[in-house]
Amino acid sequence: MALKTEEMVLNMGPQHPSTHGVLRLEVELDGELVVNVKPHIGYLHRCFEKHAEAMNYNQVVPYTDRLDYLASMYNSFGYAVAVERLLGIQVPERVDYIRVIMGELQRIASHLVAVGTYGVDIGAFTPFLYGFRDREKILTLFEMTCGARLLYNYNWVGGLSHDLHPDFVPMTREFLKYFKGSLVEFNNLLSFNKIFIERTANVGVLPLDTAVNYGITGPNLRASGMKWDLRKNDPYSVYDRFDFEIPVGRGEKGTTGDCWDRYYVRIREMEESVKIIEQALDQLPDGDIQSAIPKRIKPPVGSVYARVENPKGELGYFIVSDGSANPFRLKVRGPSFVNLAVLGELCKGHLVADIIAILGSIDIVLGEVDR
Amino acid sequence: MYNLLNNLIGNEYVAAVIAAALPLFVFILPFALAAVLLERKVSAFMQDRLGPNRTGYRGLLQTVADILKLIQKEDITATDADKKLFNLAPVLVFAGSYAAFAAIPFSGAYIGSNIDLGMFFILAISSIVVAGILMGGWASNNKYSLLGAMRSAAQIISYEIPTALVVLSLVLVTGTLSLSKISEQQTAYFWNWNILGGAGLGFSKLLLIPFMIVGFVIIYISTLAEVNRTPFDIPEAESELVAGFHTEYSGMKFAMFFLAEYANMFAVSAIVATLFFGGYQSPFGYLGNTLHISWLVPLEQFFWFTVKGMFFVLVQMWLRWTLPRLRVDQLMTVCWKYLIPYAFVNLIIVGLITLL
Repeated sequence: MALKTEEMVLNMGPQHPSTHGVLRLEVELDGELVVNVKPHIGYLHRCFEKHAEAMNYNQVVPYTDRLDYLASMYNSFGYAVAVERLLGIQVPERVDYIRVIMGELQRIASHLVAVGTYGVDIGAFTPFLYGFRDREKILTLFEMTCGARLLYNYNWVGGLSHDLHPDFVPMTREFLKYFKGSLVEFNNLLSFNKIFIERTANVGVLPLDTAVNYGITGPNLRASGMKWDLRKNDPYSVYDRFDFEIPVGRGEKGTTGDCWDRYYVRIREMEESVKIIEQALDQLPDGDIQSAIPKRIKPPVGSVYARVENPKGELGYFIVSDGSANPFRLKVRGPSFVNLAVLGELCKGHLVADIIAILGSIDIVLGEVDR
Repeated sequence: MYNLLNNLIGNEYVAAVIAAALPLFVFILPFALAAVLLERKVSAFMQDRLGPNRTGYRGLLQTVADILKLIQKEDITATDADKKLFNLAPVLVFAGSYAAFAAIPFSGAYIGSNIDLGMFFILAISSIVVAGILMGGWASNNKYSLLGAMRSAAQIISYEIPTALVVLSLVLVTGTLSLSKISEQQTAYFWNWNILGGAGLGFSKLLLIPFMIVGFVIIYISTLAEVNRTPFDIPEAESELVAGFHTEYSGMKFAMFFLAEYANMFAVSAIVATLFFGGYQSPFGYLGNTLHISWLVPLEQFFWFTVKGMFFVLVQMWLRWTLPRLRVDQLMTVCWKYLIPYAFVNLIIVGLITLL
């Protein structure tokens, strides 16, 4: 006679060390096997979109910083691009270059947190601190430029809040030189560790068609094998002037689209970001850091959808203007929110430990999931 | 030691209590205090940090402060917990790991209880820990604790098999299960250590060396798993199970688990050192023998024993802060598909060599 067994419901979070914020996962378990995972979100909801309707266009910028708080530079970058497109203005070239430099530095910082915390999820604590050590250097560069270390309010509509510090360019070059070696160290410590590969290869495989159906973007989509990067496919700012590769998952250690691929695509993207920054520093033109626009912006009636390649994926801003100083409607397409949706699909049939591995490899930031 | 005390005090019960409590107060508690601090300092060193440096000179009093804090904490029992089992679990876990020290020879002059089946006793008594962990996990009435406890039970029981097999192959070489006799056999110089084929000279000694090294690797890996250290710290995998079986414990009960963990770390290191690395024996002969100061020899032995034990504890810490954690099924794969077959083959070969 078979033993009577029943499934157990385990509530993971919102207070849990590995849910990367206040995410609650309702996990149905059969022993240690996962039957179903339901993410419950909303613990960090701040009504950003509604709130934006009560502010003028420049006032929204600090709030965009708080979406994906590990990539603040890039969020305001995207917002600035959107509003500038709505206004139909061209920013000075120097602004574009600085934005790209800052954006790519931010991408490295964000990916460092992603791969570092991923190490913690798998059980290796040391790589996390190595990642933070390097991120610290990037934050110093940001602090030098605009005085803030997490929420910068740097990319304003039509320009920047501050010009670069005189030491910025040499210090950034020095950092990039250091960082290349640091990445090799990181790879030796974590990426090619046998146990790490055992834990992540062939786990949480995301097939390309599923990824496309769910609207997955960013490193997660690229890990599944699609060469889709808005910096190349729908260039904005001055990205068409740089020479860089789009890393895609190749299934080196397992199947294409597994956790290891998602992890390793991020490592390789950091290498590409280094290339972009080096080129941008070489080409950096002189000029103004603000275009001549009035303080109180009143865009013409109409709407715009602008999308940028945030470290997590496609970050889109849909702005409707009724001709007044405040946006009539502001909608954000957050990559973390969309990417999180696939979690349940990926976790089925895996073990409890794999939920953590899969969630970590998707790399969400709750500030953006809940907005 | 017991006989000495018995003669000194004249009451066998008092003598027994003192002999039993001695390792706890003289060795385990100070060791745990030092090891916790060491672990934090080692991890800080590896991670480009400073580690504790505020309490006392360069943070030396940090663990003392932590213990004081833990003693002051409220002793919380969860509402739906099974109170009796919940309170008994930490005691059982600690007793299990502490009892193992009874049969470990610290030096030629001190062994808690010099029984002939010392190694067997240690293998048996440390299994009590599993019962304690299961009890704690079940009584906490917390799903994470339950999962952690189940994993822990499966893990510890599985990894006892390769440990026992390696011990068995060693028994074939030494011909005894008594740890003090095993230590005595490896006397004087490091080429008499079991890892180098044991005492004496001969052809079979040379043949034994590679298989002894294999045996050492197997037993070290499985003892890592038995004390739940990385890469086998699955029962308390903090990224998945919060804190595993001791999630619900606080204050002194938590400290008991903590103390047991560190006591266990030293116990298994000491066992590995005794079985393969000469136990308390000095690698280069004794100063006391050269100078004809007889009381110096046991002290030297104690020193070497501590050094060897601490070395393996350090390796455990080093591994912990370097490696990621295995998944529960991979852990079982490592044990049943690799360690046990290798240990078996090793046992057979060692047996054949000793027949030569």
